[in-house]
Amino acid sequence: MPIIEVRELTKSYRVYRKREGLRASMRGLFRREYTEVEAVRGINLRVEAGEFVAFLGPNGAGKTTTLKLLSGVINPSGGTATVMGFVPWERRNEYRRRFALVMGQKNQLWWDLPAQESYRLHQQIYGIPEDHFRRTLDELTDLLEVTPLLGQPVRELSLGERMKMELIAALLHSPEVLFLDEPTIGLDVIAQHTIQRFLRQYQERRQTTILLTSHYMKDVAALCQRVVIVAGGLVQYDGSLAGIVDQFSGKKIVTLQFAAGNRPEDLARLGTILETQWPRVKIGIARAEVPRVLATTLRDYAIEDVSVEDPPLEDVIADLFHQVS
Amino acid sequence: MGDPHSATFASEPLPPVGIGDRVRTWWVIIRTALAERMAYRGDFALGTLMRFLPIITQIFLWGAIFDAVQTADQGGADSSLRIGGYNFPEMVAYFLLTMVARAFSSMPGLATGIANQVRQGEIKKYLIQPIDLVGFLLLTRIAHKLAYYTVAIGPFALVFFLCRGYFTDGLPPAHVLIAFVGSLVMGFLIGFFLEAAIGMISFWTLEINSLLLIFMLFSFFLSGHMFPLTLLPDSIGWLVNLLPLKYLAFFPAAIFLRKIPDEELAGELILEAAWLAFFIIACRWMYARGVRRYSGYGG
Repeated sequence: MPIIEVRELTKSYRVYRKREGLRASMRGLFRREYTEVEAVRGINLRVEAGEFVAFLGPNGAGKTTTLKLLSGVINPSGGTATVMGFVPWERRNEYRRRFALVMGQKNQLWWDLPAQESYRLHQQIYGIPEDHFRRTLDELTDLLEVTPLLGQPVRELSLGERMKMELIAALLHSPEVLFLDEPTIGLDVIAQHTIQRFLRQYQERRQTTILLTSHYMKDVAALCQRVVIVAGGLVQYDGSLAGIVDQFSGKKIVTLQFAAGNRPEDLARLGTILETQWPRVKIGIARAEVPRVLATTLRDYAIEDVSVEDPPLEDVIADLFHQVS
Repeated sequence: MGDPHSATFASEPLPPVGIGDRVRTWWVIIRTALAERMAYRGDFALGTLMRFLPIITQIFLWGAIFDAVQTADQGGADSSLRIGGYNFPEMVAYFLLTMVARAFSSMPGLATGIANQVRQGEIKKYLIQPIDLVGFLLLTRIAHKLAYYTVAIGPFALVFFLCRGYFTDGLPPAHVLIAFVGSLVMGFLIGFFLEAAIGMISFWTLEINSLLLIFMLFSFFLSGHMFPLTLLPDSIGWLVNLLPLKYLAFFPAAIFLRKIPDEELAGELILEAAWLAFFIIACRWMYARGVRRYSGYGG
């Protein structure tokens, strides 16, 4: 029985189209033109308890909309979804006490107060028993290394520190399902790394089901066994990170280092030349052709070194996004 | 719908929330909001004290008006002159009392606060967490008022002491005092739910500042904040008297000064309670509709 089950979920928005200029604005007072924007066009997804799933996709692909639907912030236009057996957009308190959503910088902490005051409030709102609260708070502040900052007003914290505090606020009630929307956006490398490490440890320890959206491939590579690529409001891929390259990239990148003085002119016949820095040349070659091309190359030219690699994941995904949009 | 699968996933389920927990939650919300108020002590104290300045100009203004009217009428001083049913000391007492009423019923920043939360999407928090927006705002507002009274009680006491001469009839009897306090508390609640309902309009229009400005303007004149409503000509006075705005300032002051006959007092308070019920329902209904619209729309 999956913990999250989504079938043919769709969501379209009616968006007011405003033309440029004052006259158009005046006209807009009386007659408005609307366009339907289909943010999500039929998403299917099953997530088992304890999975850590990444949502990848270009901006406007429908990732955030999907998370909003699953957390009950918005109602769908069609389709069904259940999370832990609940229909999210019914917004029952029993459901709301068992999941959490962290959305980038949208803070649930009181700006002028130290984070610990907000945490106390959360304790009451979610009805967390004192010993449970203490234990969880200690564990979380320890893992995220923010114990000394608990008494400092939130407005005085750095972006990275604030994000950590937000995470703690979201995890105090030990949610069984956690939705993370861009948890590392705008953070420096060190803070990104801390949050990645934290999420990994936390998930291993608690076996919380986590759905994460991120633009940083490093987040995804470090955390998720499973990747769901959403583009154009549909699931384009669902599987392992490594599988993306297998499925969507038909080529390998072959780097040849020629022996001194050897400078052949007819390399274009081998494949697509990607980069030339004599004596090194990078060539994109169709996967199936690689053995044959390599054999020919080694026979015809004096080669000092050869390497065959998959194209970088970012490139494959960028290509994929490009194709879909 | 039921929850047949929860047992499969619950690792350490949170206990159910009882009424005792709920009251404790209310208290923690109030305490947190109080702490937040105290974060900007200086600004807060200054804002509180500045509220007393207008009363001085009111005293001078009405002193001049009474003088002028008397001179024009009879060319001599006559303390029995009444304007809108109020003699000069009563007029000053009236303004002091509306100041108290406004301290209960005014809700600075409530509607714009809701509008900002809707526009910036912070309203999400109340959809995701097991918490009710209207109840939460009411509790934080109670905290703001408590903080305000704590700071303002000293200056209020001083001003009333200095102006004690204007209260020529002394303290009203107990039943009037009780009605006065009741009207203040209901005034607070009407002020809250009325302005919260205006804030809820932002679910439909996003921008409510102009609307709010118009409301403030009307409220300023028709609540009795500027002058006793009995000053209005009968042709519009009856209409204004039907409006609920009078509960924000005029009504409590009129009760205290015994301008409302004893036999009408209970009926008037019941009418006020009915208006309060109306605004509670209106605000709740708009919130429920607004959230449905918001969540159907995105944001």
